[in-house]
Amino acid sequence: MSGVGYVAVGAQVVVVVGGAPVLGGWMRQVRARLEGRAGAGVGQPWRDVRKLLRKEAVTPVGTGPAFRLAPLLLVATTAVVAALMPLASTRTPVSGSADLILVVALLALGTVALALAGLDTGTAFGGMGASREMTIAALVEPTILLAVFAVSIPVGSTNLAAIIAGTIHHPARPASPAGLLAVAALAVAVLAEAGRIPVDNPATHLELTMVHEAMVLEYAGPDLALVELGSQMRLAVLLGLLGSLAAPWGTATGGSLPLLGLALVLLVVKTALLGTLLAAAEVFWAKVRLFKVPELLAGSFLLALLAVVASYFLTGEAVR
Amino acid sequence: MNAIGPALAVAAGLGGAGSLAGALAPARVRPLAAGVCTAGLGAAGVVAGAAALGGSRYGVWLPGLLPLAGVRLAVDALSGLFLAVAGAVTVAAAVYGIGYASPGGTHDQPPPGAGPDGASPGGHDMAAASPSGGGHDDGVGGSFGVGHASPGGGGRGDAVGGSFRGHPSRGGGGRRDAGAGSFGVGDASPGGGRGDGAGGSFGGHPSPGGGGHDDGAGGSFGVRDASPGGGGRRDGAGGTYGTAYPGGRPAQGIRSRGAQAVLPLFALALLLVPAAASVSTFLLLWELMALTSLLLVLAEHRERPSVGQAGLWYAVMTQLGFVLLLAGLGLFAARAGGESFADLRAGAAGMSPAVRGTVFVATAAAFTSKAGLAPLHAWLPRAHPEAPSHVSALMSAAMVNLGVYGVLRVGFDLLGGGPAWWWLLLTAAGGLSAVYGILQAAMASDLKRLLAYSTSENMGLVVVGAGAAGLFRAAGDEPLAALALAAALLHVVNHSAFKALLFCAAGSVLRATGLRDLDRLGGLRARMPATAGLFAVGALGAVALPPGNGFVSEWLLLQALVHGFAVPGAATAVVLPLAVAVIALSAGLAAAVFVKALGVGFFARPRSEPAARAAESPPAMLAGMGLLAAGCAVLALAPGLLGGPLARAAAAAGPAGGTSLAGAGLSVRLHHTSASLYPLWVALALVAGVAAAAGLARLPARRGRRRDARLWDCGGGAPTPRMAYTATSFAEPLQRVFDDVLAPEQDVHVTPVRESAYLVRRVRFQRLVPDRIEHRLYLPVLTALSRTAARARHLATGSVHLYLAYGLFGLVTVLAVLVVGW
Repeated sequence: MSGVGYVAVGAQVVVVVGGAPVLGGWMRQVRARLEGRAGAGVGQPWRDVRKLLRKEAVTPVGTGPAFRLAPLLLVATTAVVAALMPLASTRTPVSGSADLILVVALLALGTVALALAGLDTGTAFGGMGASREMTIAALVEPTILLAVFAVSIPVGSTNLAAIIAGTIHHPARPASPAGLLAVAALAVAVLAEAGRIPVDNPATHLELTMVHEAMVLEYAGPDLALVELGSQMRLAVLLGLLGSLAAPWGTATGGSLPLLGLALVLLVVKTALLGTLLAAAEVFWAKVRLFKVPELLAGSFLLALLAVVASYFLTGEAVR
Repeated sequence: MNAIGPALAVAAGLGGAGSLAGALAPARVRPLAAGVCTAGLGAAGVVAGAAALGGSRYGVWLPGLLPLAGVRLAVDALSGLFLAVAGAVTVAAAVYGIGYASPGGTHDQPPPGAGPDGASPGGHDMAAASPSGGGHDDGVGGSFGVGHASPGGGGRGDAVGGSFRGHPSRGGGGRRDAGAGSFGVGDASPGGGRGDGAGGSFGGHPSPGGGGHDDGAGGSFGVRDASPGGGGRRDGAGGTYGTAYPGGRPAQGIRSRGAQAVLPLFALALLLVPAAASVSTFLLLWELMALTSLLLVLAEHRERPSVGQAGLWYAVMTQLGFVLLLAGLGLFAARAGGESFADLRAGAAGMSPAVRGTVFVATAAAFTSKAGLAPLHAWLPRAHPEAPSHVSALMSAAMVNLGVYGVLRVGFDLLGGGPAWWWLLLTAAGGLSAVYGILQAAMASDLKRLLAYSTSENMGLVVVGAGAAGLFRAAGDEPLAALALAAALLHVVNHSAFKALLFCAAGSVLRATGLRDLDRLGGLRARMPATAGLFAVGALGAVALPPGNGFVSEWLLLQALVHGFAVPGAATAVVLPLAVAVIALSAGLAAAVFVKALGVGFFARPRSEPAARAAESPPAMLAGMGLLAAGCAVLALAPGLLGGPLARAAAAAGPAGGTSLAGAGLSVRLHHTSASLYPLWVALALVAGVAAAAGLARLPARRGRRRDARLWDCGGGAPTPRMAYTATSFAEPLQRVFDDVLAPEQDVHVTPVRESAYLVRRVRFQRLVPDRIEHRLYLPVLTALSRTAARARHLATGSVHLYLAYGLFGLVTVLAVLVVGW
């Protein structure tokens, strides 16, 4: 069992690192097809990363250690999250530490590192991106934690493995009003956290509307490759989190290798499905103004609060 | 063998010796002598606290020491925790203070902020990057231009609120120097313009007839008070904007005989307050603490007038708090039939609910005011920034804790808990100050003011934990109450470690540059690498993200609240989710605040001359900060070491059982669920991840060193420091988001030329984010007071005849009342 657990952790990290650019490419391809373009192919992000990694490392004059450390920290935090989360199996050696609050905080650490790097450049755009990113992050945090609170109430624990195992044993739970509200709230928070379209446009080339891209303007070569990889991994991990909270079926709760393989395939399918949905939705949505984002997040916050209250009044007695 | 008694005796002896040394020693050795005694005193406090946390107890009655009641001291685990924290902070602050006050290391510099009317753009660094409300969607945050044409271009009128981007591509001569986030008020008066503001950057605009305005340097600007968080400016305190220290020697005041003599006494009072075990002893020590800290706040009063203002606010508020405390504890002692804490404990059960409630409300108001909780926080953001920095560290990391101690001691221990409404009130106050404090910190551009508001926030979080513990206890769930209380206490410890470090680092910056204004700092990472690194460690603790120490306690607090959902009652159903949201919002805003403090203050490039000439601090200061950083690291990586002591401290306050924190990790076992956190493993995993990512990036790359290249900046290339984001511009989006809460005030004054209303002579823009609670709550009282006083002045004209007449009328009235009354 223990051996399989370690394999599961390793496999999750490998699948996230290897699959995240493919997911990004898949989503771009879906968008391209829906917009009537041919698209660059699913492998394009990987080709980009490979190209960037081969380039010479460049240090912009006037930047310091924070600038150089940020891409590494972004990738590292996301990789640690990928290892921690029970994406494929709930019985891993680290599943005891797979705490939702820790996961949220680790992702926020990556954001903070990148924002500091943006300020470290001393350019107007770096500061602008950092300022906007931190504004959004400050507002996402309560929303995402309240959604976490809502999904953890029925189980009475913030441990992800416990939440997922609990949901698998009580299949009706995600369909309850509280579960639906919580997942809806979490979905909005995930969009904001991953910097997708209603909040930020990852494909933008207009400086005035950039958030994430403005922060990383000064990166080039291998550093830029890591930043790109890191943000794609974030999206993959967040979609995986959403998928495993909304529809945890397929996550292995046992400890055999074939089961784990099946769970990994199902994980990829679920995440790809969510990615497709998101890409399709992005075709029809427009990016909202920066100062409309708080309204979006306030809506999500309200949903999460409703979820908490609903779960108290609908299942509150069952908890005891 | 009980170590507490001897340790306290040693501490008292060293306090006296340090005070004498500070008063009598020659100036050359004064800081060293007093500092060594203070550090020894702190170490004795740590020993006593550790012994108490280990489970030993101590009590003594010294009847001869004080008339009537004598001095009663008792130390249990709860006292021990606060004793140990205060002792540890004292050790570090004393070591730091030796360096801070030693004459050798002072970095000489000319008075900064000179020449506000100088024409060179270099003199006006980005001090006033003011957020503004131009109607532009998503525009370059905080960039704002008030431009108007000089006489030659009659038809242009004035364009207030037009935004411009600091991008050469947009044409317009002189735009180069006006970066995003900079803010310019162009005053192209016919004669070439003059600026009457202090600091502030300017983006010139081409003025057809004006001539000489093309490069932006000739066009002047008038900016005053463009700093948010400048609530203090209105009444002279705070001085958040361009806090220049004339002479550049901020350590002058603390070196004086008086300050050095008072510092050991203040440290001693911090240690003894939690050891007090009777009302009279407690009040006496409390007042000693208040007085000594007041004297220390005033140490630099010769250097800045704002110190006096801050001292006045602090004195009035702390004395009002003392009166409340005196009334509350006096009532308690009278009803309980004795003034020692043992008598109070015994008598509390027999008191009526109304009396108990009154005692609780009165003492809680006094204690939360000391802890800096909104709405009684007004003294804190004034006094903490104006005090010498290691005194700020002591105040912010040890003194405000004692407010929490008082609440716990009286509310939980002496009164033995109470009904839910007490705790709801407390939780509400905590939640309010958590969000309000961090929001004001987000707006502040004065580094020490920002830290002071963050103290208010953290104490709010602690009090939320304490309030939740009270709620759980009122509902009968002791283990959960113990967990919440342990979380609150752990946060006290963590906050003390990182906030003392942050204040010390801010003090180093202040000493090296003479500046507290983040808008004018920047680039210190290169000049003061050790200080920047230590500040980063503290900031990591403060943002509540792993692997910082603040994360551990906030995680534990959130766990307590999440588990608290099992407690029945509609109050918990409403309060707990809101409390979780409040903690999360304050954590999110704290991330923005400390990204701002670190990123704007220490990264990028220097925005002013003093910041560019900063030099690293002397070794003693670095050693003091190093101690605190080591404390932060231990707390962050092995919080389990505190498991037993925290459980004992919580049990000493009342609720027992519940947490099991052990070894490298924290784990919570309650009811049928559990949660665990292993910060050491998380940190190791992060290090491994960083190493792996570095390896991945290096693998296919060409061999050789990294190549240096010019900054790209979207083709703009090598921007000047004035184009970088400042603290004010960084906070602008947040200010807009919380517009309704913060209610920023904005004024645009347009002065036309006498001949024509279309020709503008000068545009003045001012914007400030006042402390709204202060405006609504304190200002009316203050204005009413001064109005009454002004009216009463007519009564006292100085005429002796009139006074005699008052006497006569008074006497007659009293007699008349007496006659009628009988």
